[in-house]
Amino acid sequence: MTCSEFLALLDDLIDDEVAPNTRAELQQHLKGCEHCEVTLNTTRKTIEIYRSHEIYELPPSLRDRLHAAIMARCKKGC
Amino acid sequence: MATIQSVAGENEQHPDVALVEQVRAGDVSAYDTLVRKYERQVFRIAQHITQNREDAEDVMQDAFLKAFEKLDQFQGNSKFYTWLVRIAVNESLMRLRKRRTGKMVSIDEDVETEEGSVPRDLADWAPDPEQNYTQAELAEILRKTIQGLPPGFRIVFVLRDVDGLSTEETAETLGLSVPAVKSRLLRARLQLRERLSRYFRRKKGSAK
Repeated sequence: MTCSEFLALLDDLIDDEVAPNTRAELQQHLKGCEHCEVTLNTTRKTIEIYRSHEIYELPPSLRDRLHAAIMARCKKGC
Repeated sequence: MATIQSVAGENEQHPDVALVEQVRAGDVSAYDTLVRKYERQVFRIAQHITQNREDAEDVMQDAFLKAFEKLDQFQGNSKFYTWLVRIAVNESLMRLRKRRTGKMVSIDEDVETEEGSVPRDLADWAPDPEQNYTQAELAEILRKTIQGLPPGFRIVFVLRDVDGLSTEETAETLGLSVPAVKSRLLRARLQLRERLSRYFRRKKGSAK
């Protein structure tokens, strides 16, 4: 397997959507390719960081104000 | 290649469906529950698309009001959340168009860019690299980095990886094909990885 072929399957590997025999080929490639291993690990980390850090907080005061405005309009029938 | 497993228990009713039915029967407090459940996500999506706090506030209100008005059109064959997100995405794009009059704003145009499709920065990252920054610094880095992506990539990444929608749900929500979602997701992930490497790569001579 070449690095390009590995890269084409990177998302499927990350999302756990590869068949067992393909997974074995990907693992085999990883054993001998540090670059692809770094790419895989740092891409996984990228996703994890974005998933675990809220970058657009909705502060409680704003949340309450917007919530109240929405519900007031809904109660009036919009 | 393995196919994506369908959600188990397709016949089980999602709790949102019962809430939607209560709202349709005139119980507005059930809508209050739905708004509380999803307001943060809707606000986040609106912020990612409009990149403007005031617009995101307006979009959040308009999306929930529109969903309330249109609740009779909700079929129940998709999740309430994906239906709501679709409304929020459309409202966000409308808001962007208003702001950038005359400028084309679309998420379905294919973005011609090779950036990030081949990893260039191959340096490994420090272990737990985010710990080298304060929460505020990290949030700024993450915001700046994702804002640099083309909108069509950004929103696919947010729906799929941050919100946790499936590929199919993301495609349905954005009116894109499944292959288009997959191609954008890969490029979004690789571009973000590449850009974050500047901040997170292991420093030379550092044991960390």
